[in-house]
Amino acid sequence: MTTITVTVNGVRYTSEVEPRLLLVHYLREHLNLTGTHIGCDTSQCGACVVHINGVSVKSCTTLAVQCDGAEITTIEGLAHDGQLHPLQEGFWEKHGLQCGFCTPGMIMAAADLLKRNPNPTDEEIRHGLEGNLCRCTGYENIVRAVRYAAEKMAAAPAAD
Amino acid sequence: MTAIEMKERLVGRALKRREDPKLITGHGNYLDDIKLPGMLHIALVRSPYAHAKIVSIDASKALAMPGVVAVFTGKDMLDINPMPAAWQAAGVKNYPVPPRALAVDKVALVGDPVAMVVAEDRYIARDAADAVEVEYEPLPAVVDARKAVEPGAPQIHEAAPNNIVFEWECGNKAAADAAIASAEVVVKEEIINQRLIPTPMETRGSIARYDATTGEWTVWMTSQAPHVHRLLLTAFVFGVPETKLRCIAPNVGGGFGQKIFCYNDMAFTMWAARKLGRPVKFVEDRSENYKYSTHGRDHITEAELAGTRDGKITGLRVKTWANIGAYFSTVAAGIPTTLYGRIITGVYKIPAAYVHVTGAYTNTAMVDAYRGAGRPEASYLIERMVDRFAAEIGMDPAEVRRKNFIQPEDFPYDNGLGLLPYDSGNYEPALNKALEIAGYAEFRKQQAELRQQGRYLGIGISSYVEICGIAPSAWMGGQGWGAGLWESANVRVHLTGKVVVTTGSLPHGQGLETTFAQIVADELGVPYEDVEVQWGDTQGTPFGYGTYGSRSLAVGGVAIKRSVDKIKEKARKLAAHLLEANEADIVFENGRAYVKGSPDKGKTIGELAAAAAVAYNLPPGMEPFLDETSYYDPPNCTFPFGTHVCIVEVDPETGHVKLLRYIAVDDCGNQINPLIVEGQIHGGIAQGLAQALYEGAVYNEDGQLLTGTLMDYAVPTAAMVPHIETDHTVTPSPVNPLGVKGAGEAGTIASAQCVMNAIIDALAPFGVKHLQMPATPERIWRAIHGK
Repeated sequence: MTTITVTVNGVRYTSEVEPRLLLVHYLREHLNLTGTHIGCDTSQCGACVVHINGVSVKSCTTLAVQCDGAEITTIEGLAHDGQLHPLQEGFWEKHGLQCGFCTPGMIMAAADLLKRNPNPTDEEIRHGLEGNLCRCTGYENIVRAVRYAAEKMAAAPAAD
Repeated sequence: MTAIEMKERLVGRALKRREDPKLITGHGNYLDDIKLPGMLHIALVRSPYAHAKIVSIDASKALAMPGVVAVFTGKDMLDINPMPAAWQAAGVKNYPVPPRALAVDKVALVGDPVAMVVAEDRYIARDAADAVEVEYEPLPAVVDARKAVEPGAPQIHEAAPNNIVFEWECGNKAAADAAIASAEVVVKEEIINQRLIPTPMETRGSIARYDATTGEWTVWMTSQAPHVHRLLLTAFVFGVPETKLRCIAPNVGGGFGQKIFCYNDMAFTMWAARKLGRPVKFVEDRSENYKYSTHGRDHITEAELAGTRDGKITGLRVKTWANIGAYFSTVAAGIPTTLYGRIITGVYKIPAAYVHVTGAYTNTAMVDAYRGAGRPEASYLIERMVDRFAAEIGMDPAEVRRKNFIQPEDFPYDNGLGLLPYDSGNYEPALNKALEIAGYAEFRKQQAELRQQGRYLGIGISSYVEICGIAPSAWMGGQGWGAGLWESANVRVHLTGKVVVTTGSLPHGQGLETTFAQIVADELGVPYEDVEVQWGDTQGTPFGYGTYGSRSLAVGGVAIKRSVDKIKEKARKLAAHLLEANEADIVFENGRAYVKGSPDKGKTIGELAAAAAVAYNLPPGMEPFLDETSYYDPPNCTFPFGTHVCIVEVDPETGHVKLLRYIAVDDCGNQINPLIVEGQIHGGIAQGLAQALYEGAVYNEDGQLLTGTLMDYAVPTAAMVPHIETDHTVTPSPVNPLGVKGAGEAGTIASAQCVMNAIIDALAPFGVKHLQMPATPERIWRAIHGK
């Protein structure tokens, strides 16, 4: 067992974990943050994407012990003071989700994309989300949702 | 009419979904999110061989590991029955061999579970499963349906001689034979509809809890049909009263058909929970889902289409080998028979058609319904053959379609294949609209010019019709379906005026909470926010058959409307009593019951609900409360249709296909929520075009699944799917009072052949007449270069 200290969505946790424990299981099983999902076992689907120190990472291929001292944001930590993140708003407005299973990872990956490229073209959005699979939407409305968020964030930059 | 303020209608409006707030904030509740006190975890030991005898199983090392509670094998579970075979091919002998909870004595596919480890956590369970030693005696395997029924093929089940599940036919063989024998033109093709893996982003699983004091189970399951699973697991698998099981489907992360069926994990979690007295959880990982949960399609077909030189189609003869996989999945035999053969002629009036289907066992994953289920296979076949015919006679494929379309005056249309009559349709306007959006005539000129420059563009057309709202029960009974296929709804108006709708449908991404609430708010004239839609728990919802076959609006939605109609009728009677008016003079409109001609003399639905609930002053004989249930069994299926058009460019050097445009014009009858309808169409198209370009489940000859993970099976990313242009026509269904048809599967049913027709059109200068899917760069390059 190894002791780690992480800050998840602004809350500090100190935990005893097995060295082999995956971050996604740490979040889901130990911290009960079940918004981060598992959709595959080969790091293809992106349902597990979270931010570690502000960068999007697949938590299914990250060990919890690697995150000692890190700041982690999950989908549960994206809205502030009851105010949805523009991406959450965009996915709702533009019908960017159906079953919702890929959505947390998709939103977290898109948030990182918009940080790196605040005004992406549709093609850049599509390529920027290549690490995330959605089986329901055909991606059309996910592209619209990300564009909505980009426009909204450009109009009010503080909304990040 | 001064006192009545008309409420704005919600039906037809693109409301954003009420389901979404919890899903976009990480507060959904999917199966694996559920934790119960004392819950144990299951990991399976699965066969690495496609076909083998189990010689011995030694669990001693696993049992010695700390945290391991038990190891069970198939022989421990002989006290429960195999999974039911609920839909068998109609009118012929079937040889159903459904799976058991765990394999006994032999395995029939890679991934067949032979033992299960139950442990304190999932990591320990997995470690221990790897420590179970199983000795196998491998047997020869067969993976191809046509080869499986040849003499000398490896025999998979004693109960199914020659690996035949059924031999089934429909149509008129003599007429089709004669049409083909006497035709001016006959085109013939071998058409392979490759095996696909449905891939809902959430895999499948079950959690079971048993209460020994009452003998009752609660099972949480990734399910599109929890009432059906409750029925099958109790009455057929366990032989216990149905009342002893409560099934709950929480949020379901996509289904696409794969979560309709009754799976072994539902049974072994129940069995283990009872045995051990603790709750148990099983959740597949993705590679387990790919190996063992159901696949779709997998047809090999020899097709012949006959016609005249001036473009009239005169006959169609089809012989199909349908791969059923290693065991008989719940509704496996209905898919390549009723839902395929009976709609094989599509949108065309073809005077003579005949279909023969052989269902075959092979050493592969079970094949059952996958989005579209039989109809994509039928639509792919006819639309490819029509294009093949058009090319043969040198006629524009749009023109051939126009010449052979069923005409508006032909409805209701009997296609002669044993289907119920097509309800309504007007196919040419949808075709014309799609071609107009695509700029068809202009494109043909541009295509000719570009060919001169060595650029190969192609345009594909797909005109489709499908079967939705699958019912009525009496007809489906005759199709071999082992139950009814109506749908249920209860609507209650509480004392406070709040409306609770419970439905037997099971939304898992379709937005039914929103759509159903729109219907109820309009019909009852109450605020949308006052309508609550509940589903998914067999305790608290009326028995329903679940969500699949694009039936939840056309059947489930209509059940809701009928319950509301009953409530309005009761409210009218109560209003007459309270207003001391003649019942015949009371009208119910816009949330109010009032005296005809005196709109200010009336009662709102809220007032009437309160009066009915307190029951101080009811008419003689009237029971308290506004609470009505309907079981709606429609008189017919519905038949949505449309035309999709696709434009591609093929690079002859590399065989790479670029999707330039994709246009969809669909007619699903009246639309309740156009935002949701469009979303369904988008998603359906992505799955169909993925079949055309990317996806294919591949087994080697030994029965190893070579596309066993998402690394090898090409579910498309956002960059692999084009922008989709949508439009629609509206031809209301006369079958139901909402005039709706269904939209969940249309996109998938229309799109694979649309893309393939475009690619083959692009490759016409190279003499390519047909290509099998997926049209990978290698396959295209080989077709161009004849290698």
